[in-house]
Amino acid sequence: MKLLTGNNLKTGDVVWWTGSDWSRHIAEAADVDGHGEAIAAAEEAARRVNAPYVIDGEATPTGPRPGHIKDRIRAAGPTVRPDLNIKPADPTAGGWVI
Amino acid sequence: MYKYDEFDQSIVDTRVAEFRDQVARRLAGEISEDQFKPLRLMNGLYLQLHAYMLRVAVPYGTLSSRQMRMLAHIARKYDRDYGHFTTRQNIQYNWIKLEDAPDILADLASVEMHAIQTSGNCIRNTTSDQFAGAAADEVTDPRPWAELLRQWSTFHPEFSYLPRKFKIAIVAAEEDRAAIKLHDIGLQLYNNDAGELGFRVFVGGGMGRTPMVAPVIREFLPTGDFLSYLEACLRVYNRYGRRDNIYKARIKILVHELGAAEYARQVEEEWAHVKTLGLDPPPGEFERIAAQFALPAFETGIADTVDRSDPDFAVWLDQNVKAHKQPGYAIVNISLKPVGGIPGDASSAQIDLMADLAETYSFDELRVTHAQNIVLPHVKKADLYTIWQKLVAADLASANLDLISDIIACPGLDYCSLANARSIPVAQKIAKRFEGLDRQRDLGELKLKISGCINACGHHHAGHIGILGVDRKGTENYQLLLGGSGAEDASLGRITGPGFDEDGVVDAIERAIEKYRTLRTDGERFLDTYRRVGMDPFKEAIYG
Ligand code: SF4
Repeated sequence: MKLLTGNNLKTGDVVWWTGSDWSRHIAEAADVDGHGEAIAAAEEAARRVNAPYVIDGEATPTGPRPGHIKDRIRAAGPTVRPDLNIKPADPTAGGWVI
Repeated sequence: MYKYDEFDQSIVDTRVAEFRDQVARRLAGEISEDQFKPLRLMNGLYLQLHAYMLRVAVPYGTLSSRQMRMLAHIARKYDRDYGHFTTRQNIQYNWIKLEDAPDILADLASVEMHAIQTSGNCIRNTTSDQFAGAAADEVTDPRPWAELLRQWSTFHPEFSYLPRKFKIAIVAAEEDRAAIKLHDIGLQLYNNDAGELGFRVFVGGGMGRTPMVAPVIREFLPTGDFLSYLEACLRVYNRYGRRDNIYKARIKILVHELGAAEYARQVEEEWAHVKTLGLDPPPGEFERIAAQFALPAFETGIADTVDRSDPDFAVWLDQNVKAHKQPGYAIVNISLKPVGGIPGDASSAQIDLMADLAETYSFDELRVTHAQNIVLPHVKKADLYTIWQKLVAADLASANLDLISDIIACPGLDYCSLANARSIPVAQKIAKRFEGLDRQRDLGELKLKISGCINACGHHHAGHIGILGVDRKGTENYQLLLGGSGAEDASLGRITGPGFDEDGVVDAIERAIEKYRTLRTDGERFLDTYRRVGMDPFKEAIYG
């Protein structure tokens, strides 16, 4: 699958395209198969996202998983600070990063 | 410490207002990211892995308590309650919002700080000896010259778009605590045989993709010619440095390709002209700056001994406290390397505590070190035990300065968008493996440095043991290097052989260290043994 990601322009937060909007949670990311670049261009022009790019991912039972470790760390947060993870209360969050 | 005059303050305030306007225009869509990016980078604002990252300059690593408290305030109010001290004596915040950036810069300006020239192809923050002004072995305090450099290089119109970034380091002791030979320009103040103070000038060192130890370009430069000579060094580079290839654009490549003697000749030729331009400040201006670095009002006739009856305190004393030039005083190194911690990270509460300690016990002064630790430069020996107790309570009393767990580690793939591999977890595993202080102290001085990519922010080339993270077909892999040094005996580490995974590199280091223990002679550090016996015995121990 193809995923579209970038950063929120104002806050810098890592965001994922859900099919209709941006979410901080990769679990809500949609497959943008073939449309990623067009969506990225429109969203960037509308200043809803900064530096968007399309990546390869795979569908897993717990949701989409980026193909490259860099994007998995972006999705989950620094591996050395679980308290700063996207779901700090969930000790299993980010278990698929490495 | 240097105090801004009205020009310094108005330059910084004007820049804040300018950036506030630029951010507003970006958020309103009046300028694109392509247009905005160079503007935000000029103000130290990067887009990193998780958010915007702000790099704040700490000029030559010197901070007042008030400035340190502001760093804590920024961490608390705008970031996630911590900051990361870097190998360039700066601090970085990892979770900055673009919309907050102008307010942060305004807060910094209120304590005479900024993030200007912490990015881009310009002259970056000058780094220096963290013991400057306090070290028992220095010939003078190098910071007035570093401050002169700051003023000269800030917004220098000719050097705002150099072929590549440019880093200068300056020391005034034989012991090189600022890795000067691994900088674009390294300056060492010393007294010549005639007793005159001047600079030994090294040009063309650096780490990164093509590491080089800088050659001496001028053996003795009178202090009065300081700025005009540097101007000439930069001019030759600006004219002939490679702009066609980013990997060959640093001055080290130019010096290497021309040869040190030819580069020096061209500098002398240029200097003959530059010297006529009246660039060197009149002595009165230098004295105005130097007066602000006058020694604090040390007490005299005070006790020069310390009660060592608490054994844990005695270990910390031996490891983390260094000789001061003033009898009765000492230099305290606060390690930001607790076992299991993140090298260089400090919480806002810890930053505040260090500011309080400096205010009460160190004439209001702190230093950031290139090894990512903090220094209280002027502490009365009689106060050491009290300070140590307060550091223990704040988890800041690791007695591991210059030991194997005092690891330099760049942010790596946990934070950095250029990274190939994570640095911090490797540092944590090594620190854990060698956790016992007795074992670490038995190994003696052992500088271990880790970078998450070839850019070498973690100085891996200069580690007695260095680790470089690489990307091997999408997985993290670690190359091991031995034999580097960033000190006065500077050398570049050599790669041992094939790389390792995260646990593998920790095991390999342990095997190399066990080999060292069997080979060392009395008093030999790991680096000395490596230099004496060479790579082969270590290679054999590592790869079997
Ligand atoms: S060495 Fe590489 S990974 Fe580490 S901070 Fe520098 S650029 Fe990032």
